[in-house]
Amino acid sequence: CGNSSTSRTGFSWGCSGARRSWRGSRGRRSEWMGRVGGSCCPFSSRGPAPRADKRLRGHHTKTPTAPSNQSHFVFGRLVQVSKNYRSVIRACMEDMHQAAVSTRDPALQGQYSTQVSILSAMELIWNLCEILFVEAATAGPLLLRLLDWVRLHVCDVDSMVREVLSSESPSKHKLFWNVVDVFVLQGRMDEARHLLSKEASANPASMNMYKILDDLMKKMPVPSLGNTQTLTELELKWQHWHEECQRYLQDGTFASNPHMESICKILLGDEDAILEKKELMTTWYHFLVTRLLYSHPTVKPMELRFYAQSSMDLFLGGESSPEPLDMILMAAFEFEMHQVIKECSIVLSNWWFVAHLTDLLDHCKLLQSHNLYFGSNMREFLLLEYASGLFSHHSLWQLGVDYFDHCPEFGRVYLELHIERIPLSTEQKALKVLRICEQRQMHEQVRSICKIMAMKALRNNRLGSALSWSIRAKDAAFATLISDRFLKDYCEKGCFSDLDLIDNLGPSMLLSDRLTFLGKYREFHRLYGEKRFPEAARLLLTLMTAHIAPCSFWMTLLTDALPLLEQKEVIFSAEQTYELMRCLEDLTAGNPDKQKFQDDDVETTKVEMLRLALARNLARVIVKEGTVEGS
Amino acid sequence: AMEDVSAKFVSQKISRTRWRPLAAAALQPPDLFATGSWDNEDNRISIWSAGDLGNAGLNGEYHGEPHLLCDIQHNGDVMDMQFLDQERIVVASSTGTVTMFRHHQNNQTLSADHRWAKAHYHVDQDTSSGGAACTGVVCNNPEIVTVGEDGRINLFRADQKDAVRTIDNADSSTLHAVTFLRTTEILTVNSIGQLKIWDLRQQRNEPSQIFSLAGDRVPLHCVDRHPNQQHIVATGGQDGMLSIWDIRQGTMPVSLLNAHEAEMWEVHFHPSDPDHLFTCSEDGSLWHWDTSTNVSEKPSFLHQGGRSTAYLSHSTMNQSVVSAWLSNDPTKDRMEITNLIPNQTLSVNSLDVLGPCLVYGTDAEAIYVNRQLFA
Repeated sequence: CGNSSTSRTGFSWGCSGARRSWRGSRGRRSEWMGRVGGSCCPFSSRGPAPRADKRLRGHHTKTPTAPSNQSHFVFGRLVQVSKNYRSVIRACMEDMHQAAVSTRDPALQGQYSTQVSILSAMELIWNLCEILFVEAATAGPLLLRLLDWVRLHVCDVDSMVREVLSSESPSKHKLFWNVVDVFVLQGRMDEARHLLSKEASANPASMNMYKILDDLMKKMPVPSLGNTQTLTELELKWQHWHEECQRYLQDGTFASNPHMESICKILLGDEDAILEKKELMTTWYHFLVTRLLYSHPTVKPMELRFYAQSSMDLFLGGESSPEPLDMILMAAFEFEMHQVIKECSIVLSNWWFVAHLTDLLDHCKLLQSHNLYFGSNMREFLLLEYASGLFSHHSLWQLGVDYFDHCPEFGRVYLELHIERIPLSTEQKALKVLRICEQRQMHEQVRSICKIMAMKALRNNRLGSALSWSIRAKDAAFATLISDRFLKDYCEKGCFSDLDLIDNLGPSMLLSDRLTFLGKYREFHRLYGEKRFPEAARLLLTLMTAHIAPCSFWMTLLTDALPLLEQKEVIFSAEQTYELMRCLEDLTAGNPDKQKFQDDDVETTKVEMLRLALARNLARVIVKEGTVEGS
Repeated sequence: AMEDVSAKFVSQKISRTRWRPLAAAALQPPDLFATGSWDNEDNRISIWSAGDLGNAGLNGEYHGEPHLLCDIQHNGDVMDMQFLDQERIVVASSTGTVTMFRHHQNNQTLSADHRWAKAHYHVDQDTSSGGAACTGVVCNNPEIVTVGEDGRINLFRADQKDAVRTIDNADSSTLHAVTFLRTTEILTVNSIGQLKIWDLRQQRNEPSQIFSLAGDRVPLHCVDRHPNQQHIVATGGQDGMLSIWDIRQGTMPVSLLNAHEAEMWEVHFHPSDPDHLFTCSEDGSLWHWDTSTNVSEKPSFLHQGGRSTAYLSHSTMNQSVVSAWLSNDPTKDRMEITNLIPNQTLSVNSLDVLGPCLVYGTDAEAIYVNRQLFA
């Protein structure tokens, strides 16, 4: 698994080789190209982000952030959730690894490799947190879980192991004893014994020694999952066994074979003997676990802190100083959860890890609620930060919404601010954003987004679209604006544009008075076109008398009445004619710019013509009505 | 059945999924589909194999999981797409460009065969011309019709560089979808709730008929025509309503069926079994509408899980169930409506049905394939 980056603090790759058991689906590696950190600090990445989150959704119906879970969580469920997060991190790691392996560009390869190591560190930390904080005692003895953890994450030795095992004659391989030591250090007794048996058969002289060592290794008491023995029983057995090993060592049984002697010392928990195998352990936390295995196998979680610091000190031996990863792990061993979160926050530039880990721990009821100065608790703070980050991404904003939904104090406010800033490149995207707002009764945002879309449509001369947005927002003012635009177009061109729209307004006509007028005015034209003059006339009059028409349009309406007045047949009744006259007088009298009005020749002529036509019509209609009544 | 649905997380929001059409005499079910993505900086058109049932995939994955054959970068969101024939697929972009891609079977690659740039655009007073999203595309080899946010209708031919015909300002609002009614007539739906028929033989730039919903002008987003009874048209609205129209009579829909809680993005009659209709929505659901009269005898699926007869194409059955779609009381004729998605999350943007296969794509960056829809 990758190149061997065995620094003093053991920044391990965490590839699990044969232990890959997750079934995550593969993401696209091109997704990662946008995320590469590019700083030399190994933690400055943006993490797997919500791709991971989405995969999580595929596994679970309820994400851990659902508040409803807080009332009925089960530890088992949370452990499963934690395992899923980890499997997601591992899936991302594998994608990244594939990318690193298959690219030809060395710079890219370097970047991908950095990403992989960051992800592996994240998984390492998360796994430890899961063991220490989430799983609790129900999952079995702590030591066994820690051993698993070490075996999973320290794999620098895997290639060496494979090499020896697959060679024709393993016991003759120069690294043979290294591999045996590795097994012993990791508590893999059966494998160690199996290898040793090969050595024994190849070297009959040491048969006796081998048998004794083998026996000791076989008999070593370890805490078991089944809990068939009490703690006291185990400790007693262990004490006896320990003494037996001591006796054999002191008797010089293994004196002729330094390898076996060293193994025996390790079994006795001899720190110096274990430390000699530093290169095979590669990390101080491996050393810690080995130490515990051979000196205090019944360790309880709260006792870890006593061993952790000293293990690190002994291992580093003053030659190098701890790195951020070490500090985080140390804080975990010391059960300083807040310290873990704090250190991770400082070191990782993306909030994904911290936000989700905190949320998980919060659900385990493990975090004391630290009220931060601005009132929100730490979990919410981190989720808000994380979700805000999502909104700056071109496509992850939809996920951000969900996170804000789960922040009871400030989520809504944050959402209101962020959602208006999503760039709306197509109408379909705008509709999706609107739906989110409507589902949360964010009426102001609905109005504002519809207005933006309507303005855009108007600028592009898409009057129908603009109207559609106004209807969605129930924005009467904008509908009025659009109608005015139509009317203006009509006045300028003498005909209506977009008849398909105006003719088919339906009930939406009622959204604004101006819109109603537009619809009715068009209807008037239609009636006129169909030669249904009396109806047209009636409609025209209603438009003025019922004040549906804006005053600015009255002149146009009256001018429209002219052809009706000059028909051969009398259309307007006497009363209607009086009404029209009154309208005309209202219009000319009410006009403040009387002087200007009278100076404008065209206007004056129009008014004159109207007065004449109205008078003539009145004359005709009086005669007609008088005559009809008469006969 | 539910177990027959295979899911694949693809790390891109899927806007369209389309089965490759079957060759004329083909008997097997479709095995290849295309997807388009949206909202990414780098959108892609991808061709997938639907996975072999009963065999292990190339990487030892679950059998039946779709796997990627090839893909190609696409400029802008994929707004719509349709196969022109077995090799070519026409894609509508949010940039206003229409592109025809070719899938090369021999080496599993995609290439852009032809591009009609600026098929849809706005004439902005300030910035002269800017692209307008092309929202819908429909093909009837060799003809291609596209519509867009600019209210424009374009008629292309696969072998011609320029548009054969363009109707500018065909609609004052946004055209959301287009489909063929007959070989010379198309149907469009727009954002002020109108369904229009256009006769392409005529030179005038007016629709030959306009239909609209009775009440509020709720925008219509999708349209499909009954494969055999060409007067039956289904549309989906912004309020999630499914409307069935009989375009021989009246200007209003025959039935209005309330199902989804948000925009209905696509509606499809099953091409060979049209008493089944499928709709998908922003609310994350995908509904199967079943008007087959003898529901108990018909192939059952999902929650019923009974054994059924082999899947057959029932052209004769259609006669008797036509009335079901046009009936005013769907409950009387025992229409069965099933949501095919148990755990709804984000929007289902697209679906396609062909034979016994269903494919759909979501904003949750996943594609789902069910190859035993009628099992």
